[in-house]
Amino acid sequence: MSAVLEHLVNQPYKHGFVTPVEADTAPKGLNEDVIRLISGKKKEPQWLLEFRLKAYRHWLTMQQPHWANVRHAEIDFQDIIYYSAPIPKKKLASMDEVDPELLRTFEKLGVPMHERAQLAGVAVDVIFDSVSVATTYKQKLAEVGILFCSMSEAVRDHPDLVLRHLGTVVPYTDNFYAALNSAVFTDGSFCFIPRGVKCPMELSTYFRINTQESGQFERTLIVAEEGASVSYLEGCTAPKFDTNQLHAAVVELIALDDAEIKYSTVQNWYAGDEQGVGGVYNFVTKRGLCKGASSRISWTQVETGSAITWKYPSCVLLGDNSSGEFYSVALTNNRQQADTGTKMVHIGRNTRSRIISKGISAGRSNNSYRGLVRIGPKAENARNYSQCDSMLIGSHSGANTFPYIQVANHTARVEHEATTSKIGEDQLFYFAQRGIGAEEAVSMIINGFCRDVFQQLPMEFAVEATKLLGLKLEGSVG
Amino acid sequence: MIAREAKVLLEVRGLQVAVAGVEIVKGIDLVVRAGEIHAIMGPNGSGKSTFAKALAGHPAYVVTGGGVLFEGRNLFELAPEERARAGLFLGFQYPVEVPGVGNSAFLRLAYNTVQATRGKDELDPLEFDDFVRGKMKLLDMDPGFLDRSVNDGFSGGEKKRNEILQMALLEPRLAILDETDSGLDIDALRVVASGVNRLFTPDNAMVLVTHYQRLLNYIVPDYVHVMEGGRIIKTGDKALALELESRGYDWVMEEYRARVAA
Repeated sequence: MSAVLEHLVNQPYKHGFVTPVEADTAPKGLNEDVIRLISGKKKEPQWLLEFRLKAYRHWLTMQQPHWANVRHAEIDFQDIIYYSAPIPKKKLASMDEVDPELLRTFEKLGVPMHERAQLAGVAVDVIFDSVSVATTYKQKLAEVGILFCSMSEAVRDHPDLVLRHLGTVVPYTDNFYAALNSAVFTDGSFCFIPRGVKCPMELSTYFRINTQESGQFERTLIVAEEGASVSYLEGCTAPKFDTNQLHAAVVELIALDDAEIKYSTVQNWYAGDEQGVGGVYNFVTKRGLCKGASSRISWTQVETGSAITWKYPSCVLLGDNSSGEFYSVALTNNRQQADTGTKMVHIGRNTRSRIISKGISAGRSNNSYRGLVRIGPKAENARNYSQCDSMLIGSHSGANTFPYIQVANHTARVEHEATTSKIGEDQLFYFAQRGIGAEEAVSMIINGFCRDVFQQLPMEFAVEATKLLGLKLEGSVG
Repeated sequence: MIAREAKVLLEVRGLQVAVAGVEIVKGIDLVVRAGEIHAIMGPNGSGKSTFAKALAGHPAYVVTGGGVLFEGRNLFELAPEERARAGLFLGFQYPVEVPGVGNSAFLRLAYNTVQATRGKDELDPLEFDDFVRGKMKLLDMDPGFLDRSVNDGFSGGEKKRNEILQMALLEPRLAILDETDSGLDIDALRVVASGVNRLFTPDNAMVLVTHYQRLLNYIVPDYVHVMEGGRIIKTGDKALALELESRGYDWVMEEYRARVAA
């Protein structure tokens, strides 16, 4: 029956097509000229070019990090294309004018645009390689004062807001990949929810890498003013190439007093083939700042793709009574490697954090949870609860948990629970003996295992996530 | 007591089974007809559980010889889940725990899968809830079981009741209960046994694999088989079980060795 299991977890990647779209592409490699070119293409103000150049010069002094529990060949940063944009036929006035090839791509991917967007009530910003293609629902959101647009448009139309917040949560000095992103980021989403506004719909961004040797370096910034709230979802796919693509994004969230930001990710970048050839290197820095009192930031992620995932969506709990949450499902198969988790940094008083991490390892993959809970000296009555569960499928996969707990205030209470379980022959036989085939059994066990996390996703995306895990794990039983 | 013309449900001929390359079952012959209760007894390691698991199709139990007909079909041509859907039920000695999977969802999926195979109506969650609660009452089970994960954190007795509940839902033609009595206190044993008796009809059959005679005080077998060294070495009726209780197994083995030598 282990052969059945292997078959079940080895479903082909369904987003691996390339779209034949004419692209405006920068030459390979990175230097100050390339940065000036990117900045020039995007007609950026001088301050942003300087921000990029400072980041680049700092990046030159840094080393690639090697502490994560992943293995890969040294990345040649001169062998990457840092700017690739589909050439539009003309300036776009509405969604109807988007290149039909692109629309077909997004249709294949199941991105809800056009009527489907209305049905789903989801506003979508779509990033194709480096450039934001269209933002649906912009008008409707503008009526309540919400700004939702691509980062490029934000720089052009709301430069003061971008200048005030960009790099304040993740400074370019933060880490190697954040510095790289700060130097070369090409687009991303920008979202601003003004004081007291509850965003009336889910906001969503869809990322797609299309060019073989291009990196994707998007930059997302979400600011929720006092009492504002927003729920945001990103989805990611890439075509199948036998080379590795680098994805090094930075996401910054800022929540002021009583504001609430919920950020959900369904990540399905191409993971490479069974031998581990190709696939996306997903090296991402995501951090939320609970700046105001009683603010809340919640990260939910369903990570199923990428050859390597290196990602720790974090919360800095600065405001008193603020709270941070991290809900994660990370599924690895074949030769995939994931080192993912979170950081909860308690600074303010009465701050709360909650970590629920579910790792599923199949094939010969390796899945690590790495999490930091830090309670600062002034964080009176801080509370943390962490639960890290690992599930192994088959007998060649690995799961690790690396919790780091640093407490500098004796009134704090920190709890950590961890379990490891295994879908083995005996469980599947038990289901079979009750008439339930292996495919349904695995799907039922996995969904049960992930339930606490799926409950946190917006409903339509919970369905999508369940289906996605199904795609990865189900197949015809041989 | 049993009509000779009763339908043969299970026919085992010269069955041999190996686990990890070691032959454990070395040639079993057994015929089970509708309306019969068989008890298989024997010391530890005699091959009782291996026999039961091989019939249900556990992948680690490899059939190396002989054959089995189940209602006239070659059992070994069916996948484990097909055997279950065809009406062969195994009550596990150690039911596995499945954290995160709700017991009621699991029971309903199992029930509906088997119903679909029989061309009968499936039940939606509300209809199933009423249906399963009725069955639980018969087994004196707390409805709170439905809200828990499958066998997760259940006591030994609770797990065994959950097995009998599944048997009640699936209404098998042939139920093999592997050490269902182990780990039960006397009250639980009585409840489980009365549940089993209630499910027994002239159209189905039971095979009880057990160590001890005490279960047979509550469920009266038509045949008692003694297994040793991977073979059935003696068959008798209820009286044999009582004799084993008072005299142990050694005399049966000596008798068998003498018979083989002659």
